[in-house]
Amino acid sequence: MESGPDVPATLTRRDGALALSGRLDAHAVAALWREALAAVTPGTTLSIDLAGCSYCDVSGSALLLALEDKAGSRATLTGASPQVARVIDRAHEAYRTIPPPAPPTAPSLPVAVGEAVVGKIEDLGERIALLGRTATSAVLTALNPRSLRWPDTWHQAEEVGSRALPLICMIGFLFGLILAFQSAVPLRQFGADIFVANLVAVSVFRELGPLLSAVILAARSGSAFAAEIGTMKVNEEIDALNTMGLDPFRFLVMPRLIAAVAMMPVLIIAMNLSAAAGMATVMTSLGFPWAAISAQVVNWTGPSDVLGGLAKGLVFGAVVAGIGCSRGMSTGVGPRAVGQSATAAVVGGIVAIIVLDGIFAVLFYLMGW
Amino acid sequence: MVTAPAPAPRPDANGIAASLRGVGMRFGANTVFQDVSFDVRRGEVFVILGGSGCGKSTLLKLMIGLRPPSEGTITILGEDIVAVRGEARRRLKQRFGVMFQSGALFGSMTVLENVALPLASFTALPREAIERIARTKLGLVGLADAVLRMPSQLSGGMIKRAAIARAIALDPPLVFLDEPSAGLDPITSAGLDSLIVSLARDLGITFVVVTHELASILTIADRVIMLDKQAKGVIAEGDPRRLKEESTHPIVRAFFHRTETGVG
Repeated sequence: MESGPDVPATLTRRDGALALSGRLDAHAVAALWREALAAVTPGTTLSIDLAGCSYCDVSGSALLLALEDKAGSRATLTGASPQVARVIDRAHEAYRTIPPPAPPTAPSLPVAVGEAVVGKIEDLGERIALLGRTATSAVLTALNPRSLRWPDTWHQAEEVGSRALPLICMIGFLFGLILAFQSAVPLRQFGADIFVANLVAVSVFRELGPLLSAVILAARSGSAFAAEIGTMKVNEEIDALNTMGLDPFRFLVMPRLIAAVAMMPVLIIAMNLSAAAGMATVMTSLGFPWAAISAQVVNWTGPSDVLGGLAKGLVFGAVVAGIGCSRGMSTGVGPRAVGQSATAAVVGGIVAIIVLDGIFAVLFYLMGW
Repeated sequence: MVTAPAPAPRPDANGIAASLRGVGMRFGANTVFQDVSFDVRRGEVFVILGGSGCGKSTLLKLMIGLRPPSEGTITILGEDIVAVRGEARRRLKQRFGVMFQSGALFGSMTVLENVALPLASFTALPREAIERIARTKLGLVGLADAVLRMPSQLSGGMIKRAAIARAIALDPPLVFLDEPSAGLDPITSAGLDSLIVSLARDLGITFVVVTHELASILTIADRVIMLDKQAKGVIAEGDPRRLKEESTHPIVRAFFHRTETGVG
């Protein structure tokens, strides 16, 4: 309704009455709002002259409503054109249907604590149930390998493994380079810089290779698992699978879990080799011949160092994939749910890796590895 | 005496809200429609109808400036929506509202914040005024008691109502609705139809509605155009009640009388 001449809206006060004229749209209301409200004293009868008002929309009507609310009584409107009066009537009617805002209900402290505790317990129970279902479907898949969706598993293995290789190699090389360089400086003071090779090899093969690979897996694939499955949950695709009698755990979780577990050793070996290459770069630039470097590495690291690291990697892969998938499965509703699941998958994955790594350290020590 | 700044001039005071001339759309070698021309008059409810795949949603996207047409000119509220640039384009976009098919409410904001967003972004209104105006808009669409809910807590019909409230937040003279009755039951859909009719009558809003709901069309439409996939363009234009009685075009007859044509 943009009709009538384009006169700027004006507000005039004349012996107790207000006169609004011109075009009362949102921009005019913005300009006049404070002055108009200041012109009204509470507890008085309000009279508003709208004879000069060429156009009034819902924003203009809202101004009139605010004036009435401040005066505390219904205003007498005079001179409004039928068109303007109709908009004002409609807006009044609409505004009066709105219930007064309810007072904010902040829960009392015991209630808030109780709700939080119950929420955590329910969350824990749900996660245990998800773990159980994952374990069950793993056993069922192992008993009947034909039931696994092999094409999907290959596809996931490509996503998890080969597509991560460039990143793994780059990080491994730079990590070996930095570690060797930083430790060479203090060790050189003792003339012990040949032992940089042992230091890097042992620490990367035993600890840092599996750990860094698992962190990269959590960041790249754990988050992707949670987001993919979470989006499927939001789109009711999980419900559709259940309705068709297809177990979503065997259909969606198993391919991802198997792919992650199978690819972790590959990623760790790539990480170890790249880190060794980075270390060798530093060592050759320090003047050591290749034979000396490789002899140090071969003589001082045993198969238990490498195999222990790979064994840890298998567990890390299973845990990261399991957490990613279960976070996806427990995705809630709303636009933020998928993002929250992906965040929880990465955070939960990394925390679990660090805790497990500590447990493995104690275990390997007791086993004498 | 306080005077507001002068409003922008409106060069479209000739009674035409939207005007299309020779508009065509092609994706590669595939022509969706060509040579579409019509005028939307001020204050009317104008319905674009047609079967699935006839390009009516594409036509709507062209009219609201989301993509340029392959050919032809589109004039919205007196401005060429394809050619207009910069500040003028921004101003033009504030003068029409759009309700998308699935509502497109911002999921991280309450219903009230969704409606308040355009008011807070494009006007200098004080906060209490924005809140009051947004609440009034929600009262107008019948969502008075759901103002503080999140979009995920709304039913299908309520989402459409909230989306209409957001579309009319800045009191635009022209509002586009994409499939307002899609996914709604007949009763909810009828409620939405009467809302559209009453907003058009009481607030003088011009509506351009894309739909294929026959019941809706006969209730709300002042005029319709009908697009067809085979004809790649407009096959009928006019009062839907008269088209229903008088049209001899087989597809138009089939649409209004719910018979099969063997095409489409």
